[in-house]
Amino acid sequence: MQSEQQYIDLYNNSRRMLFGHSADAMNAVRDRAFDDFSRLGFPTRKVERYKYTDMEALFAPDYGLNINRLDIPVNPYDAFRCDVPNLSTSLYFIVNDAFYSKTQPKSHLPEGVVVGSLNDFAGKHPELIAGYYARIARTDEDAVTALNTMLAQDGLVVYVPKNVVVDRAVQVINILRSDVDLMVNRRVLIIVEDGAEIKLLFCDHAADDRRFLATQVIEAYVGNNAGLDLYCLEETHAKNVRVSNLYIEQQAGSRVNHNIITLHNGVTRNRTDLVMAGEGAECRLNGCVIADKRQHVDNNTLIDHRVPHCTSNQLYKYVLDGEAKAAFAGRVLVRPGAQKTISEMRNQNICATRDAHIYTQPMLEIYADDVKCAHGSTVGQLNDAALFYMRQRGISLKEAKLLLEFAFINEVIDSIQLAPLRDRLHLLVEKRFRGELSKCEGCKLCR
Amino acid sequence: MLTVKDLHAKIGDKEILRGINLTINDGETHAIMGPNGSGKSTLSAVLVGNPLYEVTGGEVVFNGKSLLEMKPEDRAHEGLFLSFQYPVEIPGVSMTNFMRAAINEKRKYEGKEPMGAGDFIKLMREKRKIVELDQKLANRSVNEGFSGGEKKRNEIFQMAMLEPKLSILDETDSGLDVDAMRIVAEGVNKLRTPESSCIVITHYDRLLDMIKPDVVHVLYKGRIVKTAGPELAREIQQRGYDWIKAELGEV
Amino acid sequence: MEENNDNNKGTNADTRQNEFVRKVAEQKYEFGFTTDVHTEIIEKGLNEDVVRLISRKKNEPDWMLDFRLKAFAYWKTQTQPTWGHVRLPEIDYQSISYYADPLAKKAGGEEKKEIDPELMKTFDKLGIPLEERLALSGVAVDAIMDSVSVKTTFKEKLAEKGIIFCSIGDAIQQHPDLVREYLGTVVPYRDNFYAALNSAVFSDGSFVYIPKGVRCPMELSSYFRINARNTGQFERTLIVADDDSYVSYLEGCTAPMRDENQLHAAIVEIVVKDRAEVKYSTVQNWYPGDENGRGGVYNLVTKRGELRGEGSKLSWTQVETGSAITWKYPSCVLRGDNSVAEFYSVAVTNHYQEADTGTKMIHLGRNTKSTIISKGISAGKSQNSYRGLVRVGAKADNARNYSSCDSLLLGSDCGAHTFPYMDVHNDTAIVEHEATTSKISEDQLFYCNQRGIPTEQAVGLIVNGYAKEVLNKLPMEFAVEAQKLLSVSLEGTVG
Repeated sequence: MQSEQQYIDLYNNSRRMLFGHSADAMNAVRDRAFDDFSRLGFPTRKVERYKYTDMEALFAPDYGLNINRLDIPVNPYDAFRCDVPNLSTSLYFIVNDAFYSKTQPKSHLPEGVVVGSLNDFAGKHPELIAGYYARIARTDEDAVTALNTMLAQDGLVVYVPKNVVVDRAVQVINILRSDVDLMVNRRVLIIVEDGAEIKLLFCDHAADDRRFLATQVIEAYVGNNAGLDLYCLEETHAKNVRVSNLYIEQQAGSRVNHNIITLHNGVTRNRTDLVMAGEGAECRLNGCVIADKRQHVDNNTLIDHRVPHCTSNQLYKYVLDGEAKAAFAGRVLVRPGAQKTISEMRNQNICATRDAHIYTQPMLEIYADDVKCAHGSTVGQLNDAALFYMRQRGISLKEAKLLLEFAFINEVIDSIQLAPLRDRLHLLVEKRFRGELSKCEGCKLCR
Repeated sequence: MLTVKDLHAKIGDKEILRGINLTINDGETHAIMGPNGSGKSTLSAVLVGNPLYEVTGGEVVFNGKSLLEMKPEDRAHEGLFLSFQYPVEIPGVSMTNFMRAAINEKRKYEGKEPMGAGDFIKLMREKRKIVELDQKLANRSVNEGFSGGEKKRNEIFQMAMLEPKLSILDETDSGLDVDAMRIVAEGVNKLRTPESSCIVITHYDRLLDMIKPDVVHVLYKGRIVKTAGPELAREIQQRGYDWIKAELGEV
Repeated sequence: MEENNDNNKGTNADTRQNEFVRKVAEQKYEFGFTTDVHTEIIEKGLNEDVVRLISRKKNEPDWMLDFRLKAFAYWKTQTQPTWGHVRLPEIDYQSISYYADPLAKKAGGEEKKEIDPELMKTFDKLGIPLEERLALSGVAVDAIMDSVSVKTTFKEKLAEKGIIFCSIGDAIQQHPDLVREYLGTVVPYRDNFYAALNSAVFSDGSFVYIPKGVRCPMELSSYFRINARNTGQFERTLIVADDDSYVSYLEGCTAPMRDENQLHAAIVEIVVKDRAEVKYSTVQNWYPGDENGRGGVYNLVTKRGELRGEGSKLSWTQVETGSAITWKYPSCVLRGDNSVAEFYSVAVTNHYQEADTGTKMIHLGRNTKSTIISKGISAGKSQNSYRGLVRVGAKADNARNYSSCDSLLLGSDCGAHTFPYMDVHNDTAIVEHEATTSKISEDQLFYCNQRGIPTEQAVGLIVNGYAKEVLNKLPMEFAVEAQKLLSVSLEGTVG
């Protein structure tokens, strides 16, 4: 225990400030989270789920924190103009870990739908928050979730009441903005009540060439027959560390589409825990990673089938170049009695250089007999016959490789339901492969 | 157009071509026939530079340039086209993107600007007609989910797009029904010009009824053992290869 | 739950399934008898003196004792691993006796010249006759009971070809240079907790050396039997196949039914040199415990082969039906260029058995190739896990691996798990893994029923068909036995 100490000291020294700036509903779990964090400490690489990323090292440096909620002088609506054709999203910003509320998009959300500051919402609707906040994001079994819960002061709430369908996609841009090295602890709570539907797009960007350490905990509750599309795009830079824990709970008949796309980053660790809590629920988790130089990406998923008749599907594709290191560890757990579960998990990887390393670990843990579960995992290269065919048509080897890599990743992109985003991503991915995006230039998607 | 001198090639440790000599002039169509395993497909693969084969001797001159040192894509840019016996499926790469890359790389090689999007689409539409290729196929991934006949038509479509100087049709008739073969053969005939040449590799003379060769070669055990006019194809269809083997003193 | 919604269909299938599960539960362990023979057992407990005592009893040279003491010193610094998907209790290593010798003379008695007829009878009963004239044709046997090799057959005949086949104890006496050169070089004592324990206290096991260019004319085999109560068996096998040689080696094992658990912590080391080939087959049928999960052997084994030579080949085949807990990963280090490794496994668990088994394929040389075929079958309340690692090192150009791991669940109270790890550090590698988990299809069963085959027999047929790919890899004599064992272990499962 070394890296932990500075956070323990920080909490002890600034507990009053943390409480003072936050709603009671968020403060209610803070001390418990602190106790859990102090007890757990950062996981070592001997802990199975953290085998591929050294958490202690990530949290060791001394970052600044904005605990006193100083105003960050930026108007993101001026700095970032969205020109994604026809995406026509409702656009919101989170600057570091604070919801930006000085300006709001012109578009109107349906009656009763809230997209706003978590802290404000927690102040106004403590009874609603209490039933959800820090429930599935358990602080007693993940140190980063505990750390986030003990330090989080704001973030985003998305609340869609019963039977309300939000047609227009909601886009939330997380901007990291600072003149000093900064740690941010962002918290997101998504509540989609029975029969409601929403599409969310999160884009992570760094506006400054500083070292950033971002922890993020997203809790998403998807009610009976509700639908949630959650797209997460990360385009930051090499000095950026992101540890994101996503927890999803699905009730009966609900549908979740989750896409996680990493194009630029420094070190990224994404934990996704999804619980099938009601029968007939379906989920599709897709991910793609395009990494080179010294990027490090670690996707770790757990799908917990607790009840019968649910379907889960996972597809993760990686293309690694340079000295990139990446891991995919997926675990499908089918609990006793979760009969008629259908689960498929695929992870496919291309290593383009000798110095790129891939670790893949697709796991099945099954305690019910009437199930159809399969997983496949491959590490390989581009198809030689296809490469030659293209060269015979006059396409250079380099170009042929690009086309094939692009096609490989497209299987993931094509599964995105939001057509304008899909088209935009096709373009971004192609540019990414061509090396035309050598680093994040603010918001590629939106500028 | 093409001069092949004493060409030797092997795959792995197995020598397949054992001294091929062949000259093709502008505007000529040559048929290469021969029993299975005689080296016909190897010859086409070596000419277009398939890295699986190793050339162990000889030289190939194509329009005054030495071919064997060139990369496969540069051979294509110089005007060499192979209609593959088994066209590979390339999932996720659309025909349109694929063809646009091929056309523009060739233009780059020739020092020309990339083709505009409008012109390109017009060109695609025009050339599709030559082999009656459905618009829907053109929108799919390269060869993915194509039937055998559709794949071969797609090969000829690409040939039409790229306007090669020398086309090699490797068993283009295999697996085609009569109608598909007619469409393919008519396509090839439409593309013939006095300046362009063609090598037709085939087992049978059916295709050669539709694509008339000027010269017919028989390839056997890695060498061209007989060369004659179009009548040779007819004779092989009737008598098989045994009489040629007998002439070589083998049977 | 489902039965309530879908009464008719559910009930039928359930009845059949229950019937089957009941029959499986009633299955008796065939080899559960004990042998009444005078056995010298040393005091329970483990300390440096015990390690010295074992070494002294075996009249070992100093270097061997040194090896044991170093291993013991290391073991003391380690703790029992907890990462397997098994509920292995904290074992009290002081309550076990580490040496049991059924050949020892009685106190004050005469030196035994002949093997006790009781021992001969035991091995006869197990189907392993020790008299050469009765032996299975073409199989030489090293028979080991508790800590001691009882007899090795066909030793002389093999010696004519320069093949050394004897107990490891004899090898340390008679071929010290060979043993010293290879022992602990494939599985160092620091490898893991149980490897350290074994290295400190191993008693007997087999030693095989196949000289250059020799094809071993017969199947070599070890038969392990635990007899004495409260003892652990720590056997150690070392196989060295010199350049251009070939050997096929079989291993079988059984133990009496006892209420308490017995510990078996073995090490098998295999060295394969240039162009040599080794096939190692195991039919593991240790006592699995009773239908309530009482008793049974803890089978905690480290098996590893190093393909040191260019173009060398190693093939592991295992049929695992016994043991209360199995923790075993026969592995291959593909060091030589163009080396080829295979792992074929069928693991059956029933009642409260738990198996965590698989392999490691470590690709270090160029153009190396490995294949993993694993079939898990779980019944009763058992847990069956495949755990495997495929690693491709930075220098292992053109490495290829294909893994296929299928699980079959018979009954709704058991578990089937797959934990594959793939670490790839070379851009020219191709690694493919696929896995499926399912139950026997109603359609297949019904098809068999319609043809007049009763469900129980149909299950046997289907399971055997499912395992066939692996069973086919076994030498003939063993394949038949393994097939029988599979049917017996699972007679009557599912609907």
